[in-house]
Amino acid sequence: MRRIWTAMRNTPSLLAGTLMLVLMVGVALLAPLISSFSPTEPNMGAILLPPSSEHWLGTDQLGRDLFTRLIYAARTDLKIMVLAQIIPFCTGILLGMMAGYYGKWVNTLITLLTDTFIAFPFYLIVIIVAFVSGAGEKGIYITFMLVGWIVYARVVKGLSASYRSQEWIASAQTLGLPNRTILLRHLLPNVLPQAVIVLMTDMAVLLVAIVTLGYLGIGIAPPTPDWGTMISEGQPFLATKWWLSATPGLAVVYTGIALSLVGDGLADVWRRK
Amino acid sequence: MTLTSNSVFHKIIRSTATIASPRRWLVRALLRAASVIVCVVTAVFFLIRLVPGDPVKMILGEYATAAAIEKMQHKLGLDLTPWEQFLRFLNNLLVHGDTGSSIVYEASSRQLIFDRIPVTLLLIAMACILSIVISMVLAILAATHKNGILDHLIRILPAVTLGMPVFWVGLLLILIFSVHLGWFPVGGVTGKGFEKTLYSLTLPAITVAFSQIPSLVRSLRAQMLEVLESDFVVTLKAAGIPRRVVLVKHVLRNSALPALMLLGVNMAYMMGGTLVVEKAFGLRGIGSLLFQSISNRDFPVIQGIAFYSALFVVIVGLLVEIIAGVLDPRTKGES
Amino acid sequence: MANHPLLHLENVTLASRFNPSLVSDVSFQVHAGESIGLIGESGSGKSLTLRSILGLLPSGIEQTDGRIQLNGRGAMIFQDPIRALDPLYPVVKQLAEVVHYRQQVSRKASHVIALELLELLGLPDSLRQKDRYPHQLSGGQCQRIVIALALACKPDVLLCDEPTTALDVTVQRQILELIVRLQKELGYAMVFVTHNLAVTSSLCSRLYVMKEGRLVEEGETLPLLQNPQHPYTRMLIDSVLPLPELSELSEPNELKRGADA
Repeated sequence: MRRIWTAMRNTPSLLAGTLMLVLMVGVALLAPLISSFSPTEPNMGAILLPPSSEHWLGTDQLGRDLFTRLIYAARTDLKIMVLAQIIPFCTGILLGMMAGYYGKWVNTLITLLTDTFIAFPFYLIVIIVAFVSGAGEKGIYITFMLVGWIVYARVVKGLSASYRSQEWIASAQTLGLPNRTILLRHLLPNVLPQAVIVLMTDMAVLLVAIVTLGYLGIGIAPPTPDWGTMISEGQPFLATKWWLSATPGLAVVYTGIALSLVGDGLADVWRRK
Repeated sequence: MTLTSNSVFHKIIRSTATIASPRRWLVRALLRAASVIVCVVTAVFFLIRLVPGDPVKMILGEYATAAAIEKMQHKLGLDLTPWEQFLRFLNNLLVHGDTGSSIVYEASSRQLIFDRIPVTLLLIAMACILSIVISMVLAILAATHKNGILDHLIRILPAVTLGMPVFWVGLLLILIFSVHLGWFPVGGVTGKGFEKTLYSLTLPAITVAFSQIPSLVRSLRAQMLEVLESDFVVTLKAAGIPRRVVLVKHVLRNSALPALMLLGVNMAYMMGGTLVVEKAFGLRGIGSLLFQSISNRDFPVIQGIAFYSALFVVIVGLLVEIIAGVLDPRTKGES
Repeated sequence: MANHPLLHLENVTLASRFNPSLVSDVSFQVHAGESIGLIGESGSGKSLTLRSILGLLPSGIEQTDGRIQLNGRGAMIFQDPIRALDPLYPVVKQLAEVVHYRQQVSRKASHVIALELLELLGLPDSLRQKDRYPHQLSGGQCQRIVIALALACKPDVLLCDEPTTALDVTVQRQILELIVRLQKELGYAMVFVTHNLAVTSSLCSRLYVMKEGRLVEEGETLPLLQNPQHPYTRMLIDSVLPLPELSELSEPNELKRGADA
């Protein structure tokens, strides 16, 4: 705990990013306490109101309070952002380590697999898989299980390959340690920091993808609040009520900056070691 | 005496190296591209089979008649054995470059795609040119004025744009440049003729370029700083070559190669962004065809789009690799 | 003659943001045709001093005090010859480019002069072709090209920054002999930076010993080597002279390059 605190104090970007994230998550968790409006219930008497002291950011085309929807959407989107990373993070690291450590045909096979996935434009594959596996939250999880591991596999593969040629791996091998032990006990701790740094930026990429799917109408289904669908619902009113589309986007940008600061900060902390 | 025999020996080694290796290097690149294409084709074939449940039910709905289901199964070729299906799919793709007829329109998917592809390709080309030019200029300014204001801004930029959905950037640009300033149309391609099309595509192209520039500038800047600090730049400066000449002829050229490679790597991401940007600007390109086919459950067309986009990405990647290989004399010496 | 040195450094101090005295208070003079040696271990600031003469300090390092006066043309040769050439340009073109800008002659004439320079340096004819790139050359050949680049500037003072450190032992001698031969023909003065006392003692008439950015001892070569005053100089002599080949084995740059690869 103390070590974490000193690391934070010495790395302003880590501190700033963490504070930004804590603020965002706090607001999302405390949403029902912060706002007394319903995020989903239409109120036809109060549609498209401009910002006021009652409705801080005005209301949308169904009369729902925009600020309330923004903070409830943070719950949905941030939750999916974190949960959808778990499986790809693990499989990506594992495949990457195997490709880098064993080399030869394992590497060829995994590289061919990643090359094939990369050949498809990221959003094309996300859109098609999300559509085929059924729109909604479940579709997003399936999509990222399929495509999310590639980033980690590529980073970890390069690292593992460079570690493999180093002496401590060779000495572990001559000592007769089984490959599994070398992979999990020795290689994993060495590649993990870099993978965590990638995790930070990739969470932002994933969040943008979730929002994009919502915008295209194949992500989270209305009326559940989601930043993407909010941007899309605000688009017809862009000329007069621009904040309907602008503010959900700003929330995504805010999260992206926070994650990026944390990633940079962690990179700094680990580089100093 | 020893010197001459030595140089003859080196000459022999080098001549074999320069003749034999480019071919091997090229063959390897081609082979890798080809194997990826094979995997892509297989993946596209299995796409329709990924659907949980029955794709025919997904197309026709739960309450379709048995006759209609049978007709659709026949049309999609799902009544054949899987092996026959794959052969038919391959044959169709290799001979006609097609992934089957659209189930909504009386047209092959290839025809539908080729109708829409010009807008998308033009948009990508414009975005590429924009992002290369802007990134180069920014990177030179940042690298030559290290730790200046612009340099700091450029280093922060990727963090800020990381969480920017590309369609949202597009909407903001529409809001500023179309709605408030009135410089560009609000959406779609207005008017006929190449010039009008270019004009209508400017804002979308800026949007797509915007998503590429931060990462491109960042790595170009890093690359340039490395080159600027490298020994040979010091040699050239020490030899009294004017700074401007060193910058343009040597530094820029040495940093251009990695930038080109990066753009090739980013092409897939850029293409995906283009599809979404088309939606935000209401353009009739591949993106709009994709969303239309998705709402129509038009599987053959979706497969076709997936195939042609991947083909495009692989070919661009291969071209970039070949261009970089030809421009860099070092690839000829290595295997 | 003695009153008009070609190169005159007076209390030169170099500093970066983190270290205010990378090099402090260094002064020396070089007269026409003379060779002096600047010796010390790596990190002692000798290379930086040399670079400051041509205004080639790495970004972030500045001259904060002192005066550098160069009455004539200076040129420099470097430690790592392979990295000292632009990998994307044929060597002949790089040479011709320097001739073009430095001697103010046409492109065509510069090419002819470049070919003459190649011959002067004893480089094989194959290098005249325009498809010979730096990566195809050996270290010794690259260093000859780098020397040719320096000579293309028609220097009055040649600044040598450990020009043989990165080369094989046999090639080292060839390059040193070349530099000395050309000095006799062309008559340039030399500042020779090295950590290798054996090299400087045979080349230079005066030696300057640097430690942690300061000159700790200076004098005529022979008296200085026979009767060193400063303990650091004595240590340098003790560690190098009895076993010259040891200095090649413990070369830090070799280790660094191995780690880079």
